[in-house]
Amino acid sequence: MEDEVRVSIDSDADLVIARAEARAMAERLGFPRPDPTLIATAISEVARNIVVHVGSGEIVLRPFQDSARYGLVVVASDEGPGIRDIEAALRDAYSGRSGLGLGLPGARRLMDEFEVVSDADTGTTVTMRKWRYRDELARLREERRRRG
Amino acid sequence: MAVAILRQGAYLIASIQSDLSDSEVIELREELTELVGDYATRGIVIDVAALDVIDSFVARSLRSIVLSAKLRGAETIIVGIQPDVAIAMVQFRLNLEPLRVALDLDAAIASLDRLTRRGAVDGG
Repeated sequence: MEDEVRVSIDSDADLVIARAEARAMAERLGFPRPDPTLIATAISEVARNIVVHVGSGEIVLRPFQDSARYGLVVVASDEGPGIRDIEAALRDAYSGRSGLGLGLPGARRLMDEFEVVSDADTGTTVTMRKWRYRDELARLREERRRRG
Repeated sequence: MAVAILRQGAYLIASIQSDLSDSEVIELREELTELVGDYATRGIVIDVAALDVIDSFVARSLRSIVLSAKLRGAETIIVGIQPDVAIAMVQFRLNLEPLRVALDLDAAIASLDRLTRRGAVDGG
């Protein structure tokens, strides 16, 4: 399995790098279109939140593969003051300090799993995942396994 | 340069050459709004085919270009949105008002011709 990729986010130019790295990894893992674009767009939003609200942070892209499925895990973290009201930040039409409220709910719609952990002491970590099954058979097996 | 801006008669054609950083998007907006006055521009075409991602910031900036160009007397048409980018924009639920789009440059010019002729008639 290939290694994780870390992109440190210190300015808006780093968003360009994060988007390109995410797209490249998604394509290497075998994600079909339009998934690489959806992943790159979601990453662009969480990376911008870091630049605008905190100044600096990091994005880690982690590949996941087993026999049935593959996926990409994105962890965006910063050591900023935290998001006071996460529920509100994930709601549509919420306007944060500079009206960037659209970013998080939009990013969440582009990914399969999305979680935000935030507090004033440790900062904010957004974890997003996108999954794909190798084939229809693998998807059905997984579905049956989940149903028990 | 990340964006090539050509003049063709009363139209400006801004062709984005690669993925843009947020600062480059802002520069593009300022440059276009400035140029509209310099050349008595009636129409702008922005070719976004080189953009792999149109996220909330880029969408908002495009809207703001369209609106400020309009205040300076020019209509704007966006061309070349990639199929995957279009899917992402819809799934994201980006607000696309009041963006006017065309599939390619020819269609964009034809639609600017229509828009600016109608504008001249309305104004006269």
